[in-house]
Amino acid sequence: MARPDLEALQLERLNALLARVYANVPTYRAKFDQAGVAPVVSGLEGLADLPFTVKDDLRQAYPYGMFAVPQSEIVRVHSSSGTTGQITVVGYTAADISNWADLMARTIASAGGTADDIVQIAYGYGLFTGGLGAHYGAERLGATAIPISGGNTKRQVQVLKDFGTTILACTPSYALLIGETATEMGIDIRELPIRAGIFGAEPWSESMRTQIEEILGLKAIDIYGLSEVMGPGVAAECTEQHGLHVNEDHFIIEILDPETLRPVPDGEQGEVVFTTITKQGIPLVRYRTRDISRIVTGECACGRTFRRMERITGRTDDMLIIRGVNVYPSQIEQVLVGIPGVAPHYQVVLSKRGSMDHVEVHVEVGHDVSFDEVKTLERLRNRVAAEIASSLAVNLAVKLVEPKSIQRSEGKAKRVVDLRNEGSE
Amino acid sequence: MVMQLTVFLENSPGRLAGLTRALGDSGVNMRALMVADTAEFGIVRIICDRPDTARRALEAAGFSVSVGNVIAVEVPDRPGGLADVLEVIGGVGANVEYAYCFVEPNGNSAIDVFRVEDVAAVTEALRRAGMRVLNEDEIYATGS
Ligand SMILES: [Zn+2]
Repeated sequence: MARPDLEALQLERLNALLARVYANVPTYRAKFDQAGVAPVVSGLEGLADLPFTVKDDLRQAYPYGMFAVPQSEIVRVHSSSGTTGQITVVGYTAADISNWADLMARTIASAGGTADDIVQIAYGYGLFTGGLGAHYGAERLGATAIPISGGNTKRQVQVLKDFGTTILACTPSYALLIGETATEMGIDIRELPIRAGIFGAEPWSESMRTQIEEILGLKAIDIYGLSEVMGPGVAAECTEQHGLHVNEDHFIIEILDPETLRPVPDGEQGEVVFTTITKQGIPLVRYRTRDISRIVTGECACGRTFRRMERITGRTDDMLIIRGVNVYPSQIEQVLVGIPGVAPHYQVVLSKRGSMDHVEVHVEVGHDVSFDEVKTLERLRNRVAAEIASSLAVNLAVKLVEPKSIQRSEGKAKRVVDLRNEGSE
Repeated sequence: MVMQLTVFLENSPGRLAGLTRALGDSGVNMRALMVADTAEFGIVRIICDRPDTARRALEAAGFSVSVGNVIAVEVPDRPGGLADVLEVIGGVGANVEYAYCFVEPNGNSAIDVFRVEDVAAVTEALRRAGMRVLNEDEIYATGS
């Protein structure tokens, strides 16, 4: 689709959406009235003046308060996980489910899938959107769906082998586990017909991709979605594996500076914000995902014209602004992983020295480090500081700490300790 | 050659006590302990009777431990004793990274510990010069 045609379609759908939510969702009516804006825009750039929707809006409207259609039109509900408390409910009309199936069919197709494929769906089924989303997509494509759901890994391997699975759909970490389990069972997945994996629902790295592709002998495709916006199928990589094409005929993507909330130029990092321009059940205007990404500029070699977003590199919840530079703790982790002698456990400690903010990265010395002299450790510390400076463009003090001295967490690790309000040093 | 453990320590209260307690609990007996510290951290060098046991005990207690070889030379307790040794080491072009010494309780000599790049070459040079380079068994036996 040519860009002007796409934008015309987006604008038309956007205005229909705005009219719909203003008329049917009290939360939106209140937001628009409070912001003093009319629920209509004359161009796509007008989106920037509209109010945001945040997860807390969904929580406060729990369970059905943000639905834009009568309950009788809702044919299914899913929920988003409540990592930080209450779950939220999302509702789909028959048209939403159909669109979703189209988008997931598109996702599988962009991974090279066709009607001839056998798709093993090892995402969880149920309230989580992964399983059923992939399932309807596989069927819409005309492929053969194996609704195995997650878990029972030995059986996954057996089915993968016996049913002649050609595409695996699951989280990337589960794909690795399947690969390792197969090896333990004496089965070489690389010799089976499987050729692609559509992996999502958790952040993963390029090195994990390499690992999965080696162990499973397939092409690993990153897919992106979130239940508030729809579920999987919001964006997906093509076989070029260079950015995820956003399904722009259904979702308008914005990348915003998390501080000013103004759009950043293409290619620059910021918070991903989506507006769902076709959804009926629970449409969202400018939903702040808290995920950090950027637009991949240029045209994709595959010929698709939908813009691409980079894989998710962090969350705004974790973002620090240090001397004007945005720093995500995950970037520090990436630096540490590449340095022998330190463990990838770290903590960013913020404190006050006089009136200045002082930032210190605490890094655990690894058990494998061979040090004998003070200068060896100082060299190690300086190397960590230099590599952080070169990849984050900011100088941070580095302090080496003892192994396991940084508190471990079973859930999300606490990477940032802010002592700035606890008196100066 | 003598095996030496090096332990990374944060400069925080109670860490050295924790280290020595971990060694004590494992029944390890130390012959020498030397602390080198900077403003930010310290490293503790230890020569003891059972380095492998010591290493396991320290790692189990969460310490980062590195093991390396050092040279221990018995130096007669007289003026110029240490200088003689250092001249031999200098004579083969070796650089002393660090050194420390402890006095043998029942004897008239001190034991000097040296860390050099090429342990084998320096050991040989010292032996050729008639110095008494201690092996592991000897050093643990001294004084007991
Ligand atoms: Zn592409």
